[in-house]
Amino acid sequence: MDWITIFSTTIKSAVGVETVLYGIAAIGLNVHFGYTGLLNFGQAAFMGVAGYGLAVTVVVLGMPFWAGIIFGLIAAVILAFLLGIPTLQLRADYLAIVTIAAAEIVRLVFRSVQFKDVFGGSDGHRGFTEGFYALNPYPTGNYGFNLGPIPLFFNHRTMWVITVGWVLIALACLIVHLLMKSPWGRVLKAIREDEDAVRSLGKSVFSYKMQALVLGGVIGSLGGFIYGLGYASVQPDVFGTETTFYMYTMVILGGAARVLGPVIGSMLFWVLLVLIYGVLSEAVRVGYITFMDTNQVGALRWILVGAGLILLLVYRPQGIFGDKREIAIDAR
Amino acid sequence: MRRAVIAFTAFLGGLIFLLAGPAHAGPADCQGLRGTLNFQGQPVNGARISVTTEDGKPVAEATTDAQGRWDVQVEDPGRYKVTLDVGSLPQNAEARGGTNVRTLSVYEGNCSTALFPLQPKGGGQDQGQQSDDNSAFWTRAAQLTFEGFNLGLIIALAALGLSLIYGTTGLTNFAHGELVTLGAILAYGFNAGMGLGLIPAAAIAVIVAGLLGYLQDRFFWGQLRRRGTGIIAMMIISIGVALFLRYLFLIVFGGQTEAYTQYNAQPGVQVGPISAAPKNFVAMGIELVVLIIVGIALLRTRTGKAARAVADNPALAASSGINVDRVVRIIWTSGGAIAALAGIMLGLSQNLKYTMGQEMLLLIFAGVTLGGLGTAFGALIGSLVVGLFIQVSTLWVPPELKSVGALAVLIIVLLVRPQGILGRRERIG
Repeated sequence: MDWITIFSTTIKSAVGVETVLYGIAAIGLNVHFGYTGLLNFGQAAFMGVAGYGLAVTVVVLGMPFWAGIIFGLIAAVILAFLLGIPTLQLRADYLAIVTIAAAEIVRLVFRSVQFKDVFGGSDGHRGFTEGFYALNPYPTGNYGFNLGPIPLFFNHRTMWVITVGWVLIALACLIVHLLMKSPWGRVLKAIREDEDAVRSLGKSVFSYKMQALVLGGVIGSLGGFIYGLGYASVQPDVFGTETTFYMYTMVILGGAARVLGPVIGSMLFWVLLVLIYGVLSEAVRVGYITFMDTNQVGALRWILVGAGLILLLVYRPQGIFGDKREIAIDAR
Repeated sequence: MRRAVIAFTAFLGGLIFLLAGPAHAGPADCQGLRGTLNFQGQPVNGARISVTTEDGKPVAEATTDAQGRWDVQVEDPGRYKVTLDVGSLPQNAEARGGTNVRTLSVYEGNCSTALFPLQPKGGGQDQGQQSDDNSAFWTRAAQLTFEGFNLGLIIALAALGLSLIYGTTGLTNFAHGELVTLGAILAYGFNAGMGLGLIPAAAIAVIVAGLLGYLQDRFFWGQLRRRGTGIIAMMIISIGVALFLRYLFLIVFGGQTEAYTQYNAQPGVQVGPISAAPKNFVAMGIELVVLIIVGIALLRTRTGKAARAVADNPALAASSGINVDRVVRIIWTSGGAIAALAGIMLGLSQNLKYTMGQEMLLLIFAGVTLGGLGTAFGALIGSLVVGLFIQVSTLWVPPELKSVGALAVLIIVLLVRPQGILGRRERIG
């Protein structure tokens, strides 16, 4: 068993690109689900339109990187309005179905042959990251240190992506923290607890929900940018419904309605996932496990995610840091 | 409660052993690409397929056999480009959307399937070139209406269970698509793994799925309800169950597509303007009969009336002496069984894949929402509308975007009439 590699990849995954992009998108989802009680099952679509907004602007329209970021953000805001106007007056489970349907529409349009010239079909787009890496302050090379015998190094490109990513996470957490302490944030939490009470106080519930949807969507869209930049490509199937479900697992694992909950959730999620996969696939390779192959190990960890989600909600719906009274899971 | 979760896990674990047969029955020494070419329900013989590496180096060529099958084994895993020689197809056939090139990944020790859907040239269903555009359009419309009805009936079977479960327990079950897949995979297991004929295999699969539905409620959902778990928590739990089951299917069944061993390449028959394989007519007949029986049971039997009463108002039903738990259990049992039947029928008209139910889940939701969440007959009507809409809309929209249209309609319906066709206003809050 190659424990050095297993520990190296596991420890690196705690701060790696996947943790960053899921973490930041989960912060957005936390604004929806944790603070406002909106069951948005289409968070992956916000990531998708942002990533594709960037890719299409740079690759198809030939415009610079910053224009791509701006178009991506605008696309996320537009999507939030398109999603919110028909659904925010409906009950939670309708909202869930509509957002999941909308996310599927976005994905199917991205991957369709019909719009291949624009969105690149099922292969997606690549080659839109030069503008980003041109800003890279790290000279070429590997950065990191040895933890005893375990090497922990990222190359200069990854370093740049995760640096930007963690700065964005810090900013997003700060913004969420300040907003949720403000009167505006208290209205959101009040909507989660009792919509009618808020309405009777003369607040426009619809408008507050819409603002929350836009805010969470824009934060989520940053995750889409990080994906596009970190992997130097966007593909439609990355932004499927399962991506959203994994984000829910992270938010609930870390603790919904907590500022750092989604970030901790994302770190734990990926550390556990990478560790389990590393150990099991090594065990298969060395021959300790003979009844499975490597592909099946890959599937097994998603089974564990499903089981983990079930057990979390049954035994500890507030996750690690959450407060049980603050979780919007008992609405009827 | 802990016992309940252990029991649920154990029964899911039991599934692994139940299904382990077919997974290992598949060809383990396959590494390459393969596929089946069908045109209007009949296999295409003698079509040429060439396989190259991604950068264009030729690897191998193959020709389809009498069953329309082709198979290319490759040395190394990686990305390969598969090209269908359009000139070798029957004269009146063309690749749908003009796409005759596929790029696929081959994984170690696994075969990937390259699909080339074929359609009649010019989009018309009839072979006569001289028939004018107008009649070709109507023939195609009739054919698509038939196919839409077929799809709608399958959706309706699945939607009925989902809607009744929602109506009686308030659970929006995101794992319902997996119950559909379960039926198909169980039938495939009994069919290909144990060598039973498809019809007895399907019957056993439906019974087993009904039993699993019962156990699922008895040891899992019922326990959660007793615990007072909120409906949103249950909804997210159902997502966990869906992930759990989906990847369990992936491990047991594998990532490839499969077909039942019987009724694969049935020659189509022509009925008026419609051409379809006989199995489709039989399947639709069975679906209709099942739907009518369930409908009558809901309207006429005591349990059916009780079920509708619980769906209407659980508290009132309980206070008038209806055993709500028993009704819910019956609904889970029958809902699981008919969802499995839907999966078997879906496997008959498409191929089997571990994601087949998941891909249909949103269409089921669309049908249920369109008809009105929680109403059994609404789900039926809504599903038929969704099925018809999806197929008939391909007259105007490209086939790959047909689901987009249905989902867009779902959203528009919620804007205009959120309670659906048969739903009532107060449900939507």
